[in-house]
Amino acid sequence: MADKESAEAVISEIHRRIAEAFNVFDNESSKSVDVREVGTIIRSLGCFPSEAELHEMIAEVEEEEPTGYIRFEKFLPAMTKVLMERKFRPIPKDVLIQAFEVLDQEKKGYLEAEELKKYMTQEGEPFSQDEVEEMLSAALDNKENVIFYKDLVSKMTFEDL
Amino acid sequence: MRAALLIQRWYRQYVARLEMRRRCTWHIFQSIEYAGEQDQIKLYNFFGYLMDHFTPANRNLISHIFRENEICRDIEWERYFCYKNIEVPELYSGPHLSFPLTVSNVADLVEAFKNKQQLHTRYVLQLLLESWKLLRMLPNINQVSTCQTKEITICGDLHGHLEDLLLVFYKNGMPSVEKSYVFNGDFVDRGKDSIEILLILFAFMLLYPNNVHLNRGNHEDYIVNLRYGFTKEVLGKYRLHGKKILKLLQKIFSWLPLATVIDQKVLILHGGISDTTDLNIIAQADRHKYVSTLRPPKRRWVASGGNSTAGRHKVNGRMDNSLQRHCSLAYNSPLRSRYNFQSRSMQNFSSKVNLAVEEELKEQRRMAGLSQSYHDLRSSLSSDSDSDNYETYEDDSNEWKQVIIVDMLWSDPMPQDGCIPNEVRGGGCYWGPDVTEKVLRRHNLQLLIRSHECKQEGYEFCHNRKVLTIFSASNYYEVGSNRGAYIRLGPDLVPHFIQYQANRSTRELTLRQRYRGTFSLRALREQLFAHKSDLLYAFQDYDTDNTGWISLKHWATAVEAVLRLGLPWRVLRSQLVTTTQDGMLDYQGWLRELPITEPKTESLLETMYKQRSNLETIFRIIDSDHSGLISFEEFRQTWKLLSSHLKMEISDEAILDMAVSIDFNKDGSIDINEFMEAFRLVDRTMNLPSEPNHTKTDE
Repeated sequence: MADKESAEAVISEIHRRIAEAFNVFDNESSKSVDVREVGTIIRSLGCFPSEAELHEMIAEVEEEEPTGYIRFEKFLPAMTKVLMERKFRPIPKDVLIQAFEVLDQEKKGYLEAEELKKYMTQEGEPFSQDEVEEMLSAALDNKENVIFYKDLVSKMTFEDL
Repeated sequence: MRAALLIQRWYRQYVARLEMRRRCTWHIFQSIEYAGEQDQIKLYNFFGYLMDHFTPANRNLISHIFRENEICRDIEWERYFCYKNIEVPELYSGPHLSFPLTVSNVADLVEAFKNKQQLHTRYVLQLLLESWKLLRMLPNINQVSTCQTKEITICGDLHGHLEDLLLVFYKNGMPSVEKSYVFNGDFVDRGKDSIEILLILFAFMLLYPNNVHLNRGNHEDYIVNLRYGFTKEVLGKYRLHGKKILKLLQKIFSWLPLATVIDQKVLILHGGISDTTDLNIIAQADRHKYVSTLRPPKRRWVASGGNSTAGRHKVNGRMDNSLQRHCSLAYNSPLRSRYNFQSRSMQNFSSKVNLAVEEELKEQRRMAGLSQSYHDLRSSLSSDSDSDNYETYEDDSNEWKQVIIVDMLWSDPMPQDGCIPNEVRGGGCYWGPDVTEKVLRRHNLQLLIRSHECKQEGYEFCHNRKVLTIFSASNYYEVGSNRGAYIRLGPDLVPHFIQYQANRSTRELTLRQRYRGTFSLRALREQLFAHKSDLLYAFQDYDTDNTGWISLKHWATAVEAVLRLGLPWRVLRSQLVTTTQDGMLDYQGWLRELPITEPKTESLLETMYKQRSNLETIFRIIDSDHSGLISFEEFRQTWKLLSSHLKMEISDEAILDMAVSIDFNKDGSIDINEFMEAFRLVDRTMNLPSEPNHTKTDE
């Protein structure tokens, strides 16, 4: 049951999706959002940018003289392009698990809390204290004090989009 | 290291998704809450409609809510409070009060409530009597000074959340001569311990009358209470004397002061202001006359015709502005759109009926207390006739003051300049930064503190930090939805905030659980279910080939068109629609899954389900002696009236069928609770994961 829609219709639907997500954070109906929320908006639309990529994108949509706010006018075309070009694609589950296995050098099948904390705060694009605490509180198996990453990946994956 | 980077990317995305859900949950609750409030107003207009259009027999059903309280004189009131005949049995293990109250009395009271005990009726009545005596002597606007009391603590909406009040007392200390408090309205409704909160607040007020100040909120109103749970709570906790307690509270609420001013610089009131707010006028009003801020105008008003407004013109030159505001609906005023809210009326249920602008205008005016048509008003304003009828002059200025008071209790701030009717709530207005500026300057004030709106952090500034919203009921929508907060204000009049969140287990909830928002989803699914037929029609419109499938895009558009809640459906879709094929949805299957049981008389039950809160309100009003029972005849009449107002066809047979299927008592009377239970059964069968500990009660 393929949907034979013109390219226009596809784009207008994309525009609507972007507008909805944007409006959730536009508290004063001012057609602009706090720059700190842009990452959330982009990610909620199904994209997986790294922090660096995110900052690049923000730089693109910011005003000449940064005001701390991003206007919808500038955000819409940039975000549409991202979605059309399928940039920042999701990470497949198995790739994710492999990443965990790289960290789990002894191939135990789990990671100690301290281990994960160390990697997350010292490598890659480090987490803040808050971020890592939150992750641990969600990820830690209370009884055994370790993180079973395979389960974690299943639990923390949104099936949609 | 690439692996770490990958994991971080993934995790941050996950958190963002949750955050989005959390924000949506917030919007869902707000839109449904405010739509509910609108319904309340519309329901009230329905009663006005009944009064206008029906026979004396029908009118008697509910005319008692439009009558003045029968017991008018103070002496009679004191006799009515008669608590002396009520004995306190030996077996009673709750707190004992002696009057005048002592510190240990009140401490015992708080302790008892903490331990889930109830206060004996005798003491309740006594406490209320004393409270009423005190409140009567208070001015409309409390004037407080920090030089006497150093620091003042200000709390916002509590809504029956006893845990939050106790938490505030724990963190901040209880009221005392050293510790002043202002409680800014909405003590009752929604939460399950409204009466306990009220009793504690009154007790402290009696103990420290110079240090504890209460402002009236829009929920300190017996008509609102009928719908939002306080009436039910009191009747449930005090089976024998509940009605008496409620009747007394009716009067007591009307005696609550309307505002508090600190050091003549900080104005504290529950809802907000409008372009006509004038503290001098408010100070002179007979506040106790406004038993309910939703009360329709008295009949003799209308009879006075054109003369009346000339009188009003003399009272208040500023009136023109407000009339302008109320009448602006005729000129396509920009509806405030938080999310493109549209005004929903009960008549919109059968979507074929569209309210004409004039109808809408009439509703607004009726609500504001102005029953004449726009044209009459304009013509009489321009005429220079004398008001020869002093009585109607009085009426008019009373009606006028009612508008001002409604504004104080129901209004909300908006970012844009101006002042427009609050279509979302159906009462009061939206006011802009320019109005704040004007009113503050008019009275030489520097800050406006109000409540009325739930804020995620418990407080929020707006209008250039000149307006501060404070909300003290944490977890208002559901566990984890928001924090509560209170303000401490010293002689420097700089507000300091303390935030909190009741329910210790919040901290232990995992990330995902905290943001699960199942409660909001359930509320949404209820709304969807209630609009099943309309949704089906809308879907079928898109399914031109009659395949039974529509695209997800069309799903979103159709749902918004029917429900008109202004929610981000595409964002929510993944949570509401779980089975799709190639981006298409089998809509009939989806609709079928919304509840589990397939109701027989479908559209009738849908109507009832959607209107169940209204129905319950109507029933409770009809049940004037609060017995919990209404006769089948009363039920039938109500239903017929409601359905004719909604322009629906309902045969007596259909009503009888419905009655039979819900299994009424054979003695010909209907137990309200039993009737409403039928809807709760539908709720339960909707197959949603239930939240184990939620603080919000169902009404």
